[in-house]
Amino acid sequence: MERVAEISREGLRELPDFGPGDVLRVMVRVREGEKVRLQAFEGVCLGRRGGGVNETVTVRKISQGIGVERIFPIHSPNLAELKVVRRGRVRRAKLYYLRERSGKAARIKERKEY
Amino acid sequence: MNGLIGRKLGMTRVFAEDGTVTPVTVVEAGPCPVIQLKENSRGNKVAQLGFGEKKAKRTAKALSGHVKAAGVEAAPRILRDFEVPEGAESPALGDRVKVDVFAEGDVVKITGTTRGRGFQGVVKRYNFRGAPASHGHSRHRSRGSMGPGTDPSRVVKGMKLPGQMGNKQQTELGLSVVRVDVEKNLIFIKGAVPGPKTGLLLIKKQEGKSRYV
Repeated sequence: MERVAEISREGLRELPDFGPGDVLRVMVRVREGEKVRLQAFEGVCLGRRGGGVNETVTVRKISQGIGVERIFPIHSPNLAELKVVRRGRVRRAKLYYLRERSGKAARIKERKEY
Repeated sequence: MNGLIGRKLGMTRVFAEDGTVTPVTVVEAGPCPVIQLKENSRGNKVAQLGFGEKKAKRTAKALSGHVKAAGVEAAPRILRDFEVPEGAESPALGDRVKVDVFAEGDVVKITGTTRGRGFQGVVKRYNFRGAPASHGHSRHRSRGSMGPGTDPSRVVKGMKLPGQMGNKQQTELGLSVVRVDVEKNLIFIKGAVPGPKTGLLLIKKQEGKSRYV
């Protein structure tokens, strides 16, 4: 298994350090017929899953009052850019509890680095 | 050459430029020394290829002599015959056949030994449904009826019963080659192949169209 991890490491890309609770801005390549354009998806990172090339990130945002979650394979070439907009201070790895909360209850404290 | 011997390393995924994901099995194949050149019963040229290495003290004298005749030092772990395709140049004794016999997009068939699961019941082995959990049943994973009674007074041959599952040779047809890495002796096969990681595999080119592709 280690051999495979080593082999597939070639395809990995450099990404900023990010984790659950952070607000991420993901630029997605969207193909419309011939043209390829970038679309932003900004929301809270609920958690990371998998390792190596298989790693994905779940991002949740509230769009027009409806909660929307997208799961991005973070090493996919369709993901043009990933930026951390705001760091969040959270105490668990998966923030699934945010799904049951809305408005004020769904706030996350900002992580301050000194 | 139309085939090679390899070892399964494990599975991963590769991304295409447009973001399409292909699940792949990584196989370390070759370099396979040519140990013997002969003809099969149909009169086709056959090359005996080896793979891996055997410790000298575990090698039978007969085998080490057989290998030395081809000018190869260490005896391979396994030897297998591969047909030399007609019109193709025949390799010389002692040559090392590498993964470059395959190219991206080739259709191959892969033979391996499936994972051994031991003596298994009929639910796991043949996906029988088993018996209900309640309503007076005391054997929940039994196979049900064995067939008719007094006539024919025997059990039909081939009845699916418990027994050894896995650890059996299996050939997967219509697999395609996604990538070949000659430097590292790797070949990436789309999808799954039989056997555990580190399991030995025979990879052969599949001629013509296959209904399995």
